[in-house]
Amino acid sequence: MRLSKNSYHYLLMLIPGLALLAVFSIAPMFGIIMAFQHFNPGKGMWHSPLVGFENFSYMFHNQASWQAIRNTLIISISKMVTGLIVPVVFALFLNEVRHMFFKRVVQTIVYLPHFLSWVIIAGIIKDILGANGLINVMLGHLGVHDPILFLGSNTWFRPILVVTDVWKEFGFSAIVYLAALTNINPSLYEAADIDGATRMQKIRYISLPGITTTVILLATLSLQGVLNAGFDQVFNLYNPVVEPTGDIIDTYVYRIGFEQVNYELGTAVGLFKSVISLLLIATAYKLASKFAGYRIF
Amino acid sequence: MIASIRKKKSKSAFDYMVYLLMLIVMLLSIAPMLHTLSVSLSAQAKAEAGLVSIFPRDITFQSYVSIFKDAAFFKAAWVSVERVVYTTAGSFLVTLLLAFPLSRDTRQFPLRNPFMWLLIFCMLFSGGLVPFYMIVNDLGLFDKMAALVLPGIVNVYNTILVINFFRSIPRELEESAGIDGANPWQMLFHIFLPLSMPVLATVSLFTIVGTWNEYLNGLLFIRDPGMMPLQTYLQSIFIQIDPSRMTSQEIIEASLVSNKTLNAAKIILSLVPIIAIYPFLQRYFIHGIMMGSVKE
Repeated sequence: MRLSKNSYHYLLMLIPGLALLAVFSIAPMFGIIMAFQHFNPGKGMWHSPLVGFENFSYMFHNQASWQAIRNTLIISISKMVTGLIVPVVFALFLNEVRHMFFKRVVQTIVYLPHFLSWVIIAGIIKDILGANGLINVMLGHLGVHDPILFLGSNTWFRPILVVTDVWKEFGFSAIVYLAALTNINPSLYEAADIDGATRMQKIRYISLPGITTTVILLATLSLQGVLNAGFDQVFNLYNPVVEPTGDIIDTYVYRIGFEQVNYELGTAVGLFKSVISLLLIATAYKLASKFAGYRIF
Repeated sequence: MIASIRKKKSKSAFDYMVYLLMLIVMLLSIAPMLHTLSVSLSAQAKAEAGLVSIFPRDITFQSYVSIFKDAAFFKAAWVSVERVVYTTAGSFLVTLLLAFPLSRDTRQFPLRNPFMWLLIFCMLFSGGLVPFYMIVNDLGLFDKMAALVLPGIVNVYNTILVINFFRSIPRELEESAGIDGANPWQMLFHIFLPLSMPVLATVSLFTIVGTWNEYLNGLLFIRDPGMMPLQTYLQSIFIQIDPSRMTSQEIIEASLVSNKTLNAAKIILSLVPIIAIYPFLQRYFIHGIMMGSVKE
């Protein structure tokens, strides 16, 4: 292969970006060697003794790993389902608002939580759900006099994760559906008017079918996140009491890696997740390009 | 637009239901933030007793006055500001330089595809948190601004957005510049850069918000309290007040010393930069999400 003179300019341009990727993305990929080591701080990550699959076998014999995998699946699938339905329903009804200014005000406000960090939102949620927080005070007025410790309850923790996640993201997720709704041919609605269709019938038989392709596409793409149950959210909201229902793979990796300082096991669990995620991503993209002609690049 | 094409009709019961539903949704979206704002502006006794809902009680600016004497808060905020400036500037330049060669076709740049696949692989696969931590440790970046800035500079997803935008620029423009003898650097900075401001604004806003909100690198790599970014600092405060970690006796004790109004004021101040750029976010982010998510 002969490179043109311009190619050397192009290579030069790539250097800063590739150097950063080499250090912060690619070098850690080689660091997965730690998953097969017995880590020795004196020898470091490149020279510690190899132990084969011992860390993985430990991981699969460990109750806490299975608990984290189970919680991850339950939480992320619950989020995927609600995170699909709520934005679609919201977009369908917002699309019925004829008053443009009102519509824009609604959009401006519901997008806002998407831009706030989980640190901040967790701070707010802990305050609102606390023993003397807004929710318990309101429950007190309704006659519930023993405050409920929502974030310390294995009954409440998962529903809280799902609800707060939907609360934060539904407005932003609706953007795609709202755009799809504006692409529906207006003459369909006019024809329905002539046939005397009600508003609900028009939503049911024109708007909803009009965005079905988009809904299916986004549902397919969301498959790739099955192992991402939301580290930032869980990490900032959970505590040892709710580990049985709330500990997910990512928080589990953080704890074994940085609190128990078991680097090799943390790497092994992380690698297990990365590999399965890669397979899920490949599957999701394959399906999306097959059924909807979707391409990211 | 469609609404205006449709025939104007008088408001039906259905319309009122929709408006009511949207008002409720809007209130639910904003209520937690309004509550926090109200707590931050209320007298401490009222807030601790749980008497503040959506409106402040016994308005006072006491908590904001206290924060202005709190050096740790402002130090952390300053670290975050510095970090956002460095990361955004660095990311702007590096993304530009990465995207341009990769937007060429294989005839112009025969190595384009292997590098593109490398980039995609870096986006889809990760070595995990622990090896990442070890590498940063090996490099001796702990407690340095570099640990907060460098890992955030290259974002493959943003780079792909810029590549796609570059590819949509008409071929004739670069061909005429090529005839005039422009080299790739001149082509990038004199033709592609000025034409790409909308997409560059979009990815820069992504970077600003992402960097401002990032707390984990601060938690992993910063031990010196004077180098902590704001979100990490706030995270350390909220962990301490977690009511579900405590017994009921501890909760009662903590509520005597905890500072609900002060924490609320810190949350509100940390939102100021996001609110300040929110009008721009609205304009560009939505554009960005449409560029990235649904393409035929």
